[in-house]
Amino acid sequence: MRPGDPGPSRDRGNSVAARAVPRTPGESQPRAPETTPTRFRPTLHPGAWWLWAISLGVAATRTTNPLLLALLLAASGYVVATHRSPAPWARSYTAFVRLALAVLLIRVLFAVALGSPIPGTHTLLTLPEVPLPHWAQGIRLGGRVTAEAVLFAAYDGLKLATLLVCVGAANALASPTRLLKSLPGALYETGVAVVVALTFAPHLIADVRRLRAARRLRGRPDRGLRGLLQVGLPVLEGALERSVALAAAMEARGYGRTAEVPARVRRTTAALTLGGLLGVCAGTYGLLTAEGGTYGLPVLLAGVLAALAGLRLGGRRSPRTRYRPDRWGVHAWLVTGSGAAVAALLTLASVRDPGALHPGVVPLVAPTLPLWPAAAVLLALLPAFAVPREPS
Amino acid sequence: MIRFEDVSVTYEGAAGPTVAGVDFEVPEGELVLLAGPSGVGKSTVLGAVSGLVPHFTGGTLRGRVTVAGRDTRTHQPRELADVVGTVGQDPLAHFVTDTVEDELAYGMESLGLAPAVMRRRVEETLDLLGLAALRSRPIATLSGGQRQRVAIGSVLTPHPRVLVLDEPTSALDPAAAEEVLAVLQRLVHDLGTTILMAEHRLERVIQYADRMVLLPAPGATPLTGTPSEIMAVSPVHPPVIALGRLADWTPLPLTIRDARRQAAPLRARLADSPSRRDSPTPVSDPTPAPRQHRFRSRFRRTAPTPAPHHPHLAEVHSLSLRRDTTQALRHIDLTISQGETIALMGRNGAGKSTLLNTLVGLLTPTTGTVTVGGLTPHRTPPPTLIRQVGLVPQDPRDLLYADTVAAECAAADKDAEAAPGTCRALVSELLPDISDDIHPRDLSEGQRLALALAVVLTARPPLLLLDEPTRGLDYAAKARLVSVLRSLAAEGHAIVLATHDVELAAELAHRVVLLAEGEVIADGPMAEIVVSSPSFAPQVTKILAPQRWLTVAEVREALK
Repeated sequence: MRPGDPGPSRDRGNSVAARAVPRTPGESQPRAPETTPTRFRPTLHPGAWWLWAISLGVAATRTTNPLLLALLLAASGYVVATHRSPAPWARSYTAFVRLALAVLLIRVLFAVALGSPIPGTHTLLTLPEVPLPHWAQGIRLGGRVTAEAVLFAAYDGLKLATLLVCVGAANALASPTRLLKSLPGALYETGVAVVVALTFAPHLIADVRRLRAARRLRGRPDRGLRGLLQVGLPVLEGALERSVALAAAMEARGYGRTAEVPARVRRTTAALTLGGLLGVCAGTYGLLTAEGGTYGLPVLLAGVLAALAGLRLGGRRSPRTRYRPDRWGVHAWLVTGSGAAVAALLTLASVRDPGALHPGVVPLVAPTLPLWPAAAVLLALLPAFAVPREPS
Repeated sequence: MIRFEDVSVTYEGAAGPTVAGVDFEVPEGELVLLAGPSGVGKSTVLGAVSGLVPHFTGGTLRGRVTVAGRDTRTHQPRELADVVGTVGQDPLAHFVTDTVEDELAYGMESLGLAPAVMRRRVEETLDLLGLAALRSRPIATLSGGQRQRVAIGSVLTPHPRVLVLDEPTSALDPAAAEEVLAVLQRLVHDLGTTILMAEHRLERVIQYADRMVLLPAPGATPLTGTPSEIMAVSPVHPPVIALGRLADWTPLPLTIRDARRQAAPLRARLADSPSRRDSPTPVSDPTPAPRQHRFRSRFRRTAPTPAPHHPHLAEVHSLSLRRDTTQALRHIDLTISQGETIALMGRNGAGKSTLLNTLVGLLTPTTGTVTVGGLTPHRTPPPTLIRQVGLVPQDPRDLLYADTVAAECAAADKDAEAAPGTCRALVSELLPDISDDIHPRDLSEGQRLALALAVVLTARPPLLLLDEPTRGLDYAAKARLVSVLRSLAAEGHAIVLATHDVELAAELAHRVVLLAEGEVIADGPMAEIVVSSPSFAPQVTKILAPQRWLTVAEVREALK
């Protein structure tokens, strides 16, 4: 284990490795070859996947054309299908798809129940209208449901749903924990706290499932709301116990060690960070008000620079180093580039040809597929072919 | 390397100190075993080494603990992280990152080691612990033994001079435990690492220990000495010691090998014994005991009864089960008859828990059929099913919801529609000195198991399943569990135990079912199957081979 002692570690390693390979007892294979192929570390920077997915999300906000949106969904779904990691957290994609469907349905249901400002002539059905008092003017419950209103809501809902699915794709392709590794040193500890808090919820859900199942063993029904309430307290107790145990383990493994830094550096860090944040606030204010148009941008930029310098300097307090940091290589550029190109081209198209990207609902027309924006969306498929797959 | 100077620890709100008068030194490069019954403060002593006691847990520590010259009073646990590596009882609570490789690197990242050094040490540790094939696997998908090895690896990479391990092999199957222990022995022998370790399964670890520290009772002064000195007086001891004491062997043997050298006269005496067993033991006669009839009459009133002439309590027929992408069970055929005690054994992840969960209907078979008392478990409403079959899960806490023992018992009576007080009577039988108002979470591991067992038994199921019941139990608690289960079997209950504990299986079971990769690979009388297996044979069998003895009690009986 220590340097200069590689010999014995090798032969022991082999015989132990033999056990990790499934084998049946009785047949003794002291030196079973490793049947698992050598696993490569995912080579692509996780940030590239997130940028790609966010760009697709931006592209989705530029259009309500259901054909284009469906194409975007298909393209991102295909990349997820080919490149998602085999890890359990990659299953969150399905959860996001379900959430997106729910959003779409709710949007349409609201349009049906509450009416819509879209003037329409094709009445689908008429719901009984609930008379509302005069202070609730402008709100309608029930009444005429037109095809135009429903279609408009569906287009709008599909846009939101696509956005959600894009976020889900980012989650499935690169876990947020991997993204954490690229955070600046000064923010790392806050980042770990956030990630631990984020994994709290999935653990809690797993606990609820296990305990509800265990209710069967007590002869109580394992479904229903009462069952959920009864396991509530034990689940929270268990989750709390686990969090404390994790905190103890992290503490014992050196989480939160700080390095000695000279007082001068500490003071400079504080000044830079605070000044930078103030600059960002002032700059943003300047940009938003009419008379501040001249100083707004330079102050904002200066503030951002000062804050970044403060962060970098603050990183000195943390002695952390990074194990195999993800590198930003050619593939990362390709992935990010393909996403950015889709976003840029669709933005351009929405300016040049708004009619095609926002098919009208009054009068009702069938949406058509605009040719070159559709070709642009297909650029999002580039990672599926250009990036080497993770072995599963 | 580690020095305790008259240390006592008192937790807040506790009446007296949890440990007192702890005064010993662990020299560099020794493996020291901390032993004692459960609840004597072993974990507290271990926590004091890493500084988690009292910095993290609270309480008052009197005296002084120094590790590699650093006083834990002035050093926070994180400042000791480069000299002490700690692995707690539950490896899952220990993991911070998602994948094996990142987990191995985490401690080094915190200490700020150079990337090149980290890379080299991760590779070395992957080889050392045989984890190379698992390097990019998510930790959530690993088996128990693999997790334990990752947890040990994750504290090894910063090259600590001291390792502190709390029950490193309790959750592991015999083969995986031997692997972990072989790695620890290598660290001690080749690298001079100092190890302080607590473990209930002394039969697995005692041969590796250089010295022992025995905590005989809560708050009592610990004894230190060589393993054979301590074992001569220890209230907790493995079967090899019990056999040695029985046969008056001096010096007391600690290993199978030492014991075999001295065992020739004993073998000769036993060879003439009338109860000598060279032939397989017949499975005990499954005649129902008188008390069984009382339960039966209860069933007739309240629940559908299996046909009276039904020969088997449970039948499993070509059962297969898929979970996600893995085939958890393949073509299992199994019948369980009344009064039988079956040990279900096999390595971690072989499908033992899955099979038990299928028998109580927690999981639905993919193909094949399961019937318990004539019912299909996963289609039977829970209130009916608990009269046929009861399961004590791996973590008994899963069964306990109430905030006092009394409330738990009242709820159990209501669930089982038993007469009020049924469960409480069972609890008193299993745990004579337990008060009504104690919170189930404050019970010790063994007490909690007994409470869960009582809750399950309230419905009087003829088939009782236990998943890994001896995890965290000391020898005394285990002996109590054995006598309780024996009397249940005598009453006609069929018992199935999924366990890694070969000594427990040897004490209790008539029949062994070995599972590997979801298949039954052996099914037959205990004596026949375990004798031929190097990892599943109990210590007494190994010492007295080729004669077939399983337990010290049998030998004692034969010598009378």
